[in-house]
Amino acid sequence: MTNLDLARLQFASTSIYHFLFVPVTIGLAFLVALLQTTWHRRGDEAYLRLTRFFGTLLVINIAIGVVTGLVQEFQFGMNWSAYSRYVGDVFGAPLAIEGLGAFFLESVFLGLWLFGWGRLSPRVHLATIWAVAGGAALSAAFIMAANSWMQHPVGYAVVDGKAQLTNIWSVLTNPVFVWGYLHVLLASLVTGSAVMLAVSAWHLRHGSQVEHFQRAASLSLVVLLPASLFAMMVGSHLGVIETTYQPMKVAAMEAQWETCQPCSFSAFQIGGGKNDETPTKIIAIPHLLSLLADDSWNGQVEGMNELNQQYQQLYGVGNYVPNVFIQYWSMRVMAYLAVVVFLVALLGVYLLWRKKLMSTRWFLGLAIWAVATPFLMNTAGWMLTENGRQPWIVQGLMQTSQGVSPSVSAASIWISLSVFVLLYGTLAVVDWTLMVRYARKELAPVGEADEHDLSEAAMAY
Amino acid sequence: MGLQVFWFITIAVLWTGFFVLEGFDFGVGMLRGVIGRNEAEQRVVIATIGPVWDGNEVWLIVAGAGIFAAFPSWYATMFSSLYLAMVLLLVALIVRGVSFEFRGKRDGAAWKKDWSRLQTGGSFLAPFLIGIALADLLHGLPIDSSEEFTGNFWDLLSPYSVFAGLTLVLLCVLHGATYVSLKTDGELRERAHRLARRSTVVTGAAVLIFGVWTQVVIHHGAFPDFLTVGAVLAIVASAWLLGERREGWAFAMTAFAMAATVLTFFTDLYPNVMVSSTDAAYNLTVQNASSAPYALKVMTIVAIVFLPVVMIYQGWTYHVFRKRLASPAGSEPPPSASPSGPSPAAAGGTPVES
Repeated sequence: MTNLDLARLQFASTSIYHFLFVPVTIGLAFLVALLQTTWHRRGDEAYLRLTRFFGTLLVINIAIGVVTGLVQEFQFGMNWSAYSRYVGDVFGAPLAIEGLGAFFLESVFLGLWLFGWGRLSPRVHLATIWAVAGGAALSAAFIMAANSWMQHPVGYAVVDGKAQLTNIWSVLTNPVFVWGYLHVLLASLVTGSAVMLAVSAWHLRHGSQVEHFQRAASLSLVVLLPASLFAMMVGSHLGVIETTYQPMKVAAMEAQWETCQPCSFSAFQIGGGKNDETPTKIIAIPHLLSLLADDSWNGQVEGMNELNQQYQQLYGVGNYVPNVFIQYWSMRVMAYLAVVVFLVALLGVYLLWRKKLMSTRWFLGLAIWAVATPFLMNTAGWMLTENGRQPWIVQGLMQTSQGVSPSVSAASIWISLSVFVLLYGTLAVVDWTLMVRYARKELAPVGEADEHDLSEAAMAY
Repeated sequence: MGLQVFWFITIAVLWTGFFVLEGFDFGVGMLRGVIGRNEAEQRVVIATIGPVWDGNEVWLIVAGAGIFAAFPSWYATMFSSLYLAMVLLLVALIVRGVSFEFRGKRDGAAWKKDWSRLQTGGSFLAPFLIGIALADLLHGLPIDSSEEFTGNFWDLLSPYSVFAGLTLVLLCVLHGATYVSLKTDGELRERAHRLARRSTVVTGAAVLIFGVWTQVVIHHGAFPDFLTVGAVLAIVASAWLLGERREGWAFAMTAFAMAATVLTFFTDLYPNVMVSSTDAAYNLTVQNASSAPYALKVMTIVAIVFLPVVMIYQGWTYHVFRKRLASPAGSEPPPSASPSGPSPAAAGGTPVES
């Protein structure tokens, strides 16, 4: 493998891993804030106990999210120095704003929230968890602004062979960013509520503290149902936007080699990989692709062959078709699982309404296993959007092969990649055992101290 | 003052802020097993930084992102040159970071021992490697005309850079021990206090040698500059203040010594941001590595709005957690000091209100 392949593999794997934890943090921080708010308003102690219980799961998860985020912050310079030099003027700003405006908020207030029980007034303490939730949600905003610029560069000019920022407002109102960010926020709510639902369902199924976990299950279902519905709707609209700016990405995810009008949607097919232009379509739904990509019954979708010719005229000889197999299947994994999650949520809300949630054991079992789906969807979603951008690192401006660090040898990346795989693998095992262990614990009684309670001496310095 | 200079100063301030704050976290991480002799004591030692270390570490992230935004070429060349050292640094920061949260999550002795080792090792390696990195900027690395590194891993480890790394480690030890003596009570306070006083001699000497060596490296003769002199004087003052039991002031002095030492790198680096040992014509400078005026203007507004707000709420955190932590029951009482208030039953007991 060349240093380019290795650098891509390392960036993809470390980013996917990091993003297993990010949506849990964003979603669960919001839900924990809701639990604590409910306790604050109603004074029902069950909600206090649930706040601390899910707060512990949140913190275990944040720990890994934060430290793997360190790698993200520096690996642009480490592995993609040519890219960093080219885009830093535009790309660096949102990253720095993220640090100053969001990471500080999240980290500082997490410390205050964790160690501030009984030390801050209840009202101020409640505000700290909302600051954590707000900081987590904000941090995703700026990294999405940076990423969206790679998908659809705006507000810049190329001067002396480098991209220069000319309008920060354009970068922050990039339609790809606005809709992409909304999509990520909703996906995070889906992830957080699916985790809360699974943990609650496990306790309900084992008959432990049913009175309490019933409340958590209700809350998670009430959030999961609209979040999963809106995530699909926003995601669908994002597809329309990307058809405008990145038609190749959309053509590839539909394995659409030739231009079509109207276009049927291939729900399942065999073949259609790298250069296979005649896949066997098992199920094709007429007009659906026209609707999805163009919002119209007879909309036209340009095929990859035609787009490739256009790009060759624009950018010179080359192959501008991304890996079609990854595009096609990552889109379907994401979309089909989204429907599954939505149906689970719908069923759950129905059972809740008929007061049958506790007695429907098979549903509780299903809800436990459903926890895997958001993680698969999130991963598939990123593969879809990042693989679909290839061969570009910045759409239309710079190819991925030109962005890699010339001074970092393949041997060096082999070393770093092995180190990260080993370290991240170990952390995954540790995280999983801790999450399972703490998820299966009983709720701690009110007033019981945990390791974050400090025993202070009587005197201050 | 141009925006390029403003951003060079801002980045120097961010690195300095990082070491002043996270410096004592590193020290506490390294000294946990030295100051705390049993599990309960060690937990108290870690608890002194529990609420604050994560926020302190964000200074590093912002320092890195600030370089990216304001000086893209500096960011690109620095982190690709330091590639393997950066990998090691990231590993150190990762294992150390999760150790704070994971160490207490299970009871097994082997579990605790493993995380303790990783915490100590990571807390040592991080300032050591960052010290090497900052010294390399000044000492020079083989960089060619296209701003790319042409050396290998061993080029990063010049004797000067390694010594700079060790100096920062020593400063972290002094700073951390002083912090623990300020934040605890009873036997832990005594031990940290003794440790801090003892480390002043070695640390002061190291800072002085570092200051002289730096001047030699940049061909400015052999007299340390005023920052180094100030740092050494602050360390001497901290030794005296510790003896007087003025731990708050002693901590201010170790913070000053840390700040002055880290600032030395930047004052002696300017107007370069990375020196090329291949040819001075290839140096990356404040001028040739920076972003264009518009991006710098945007970033300046962002920094002026956010940085003071961050400092206010981060400062407030220190106010909220201003009380000393009690040594756990069972620690021997200090020989001369009277017991200070009721001791809680065990670490993790209820807070003692004043």
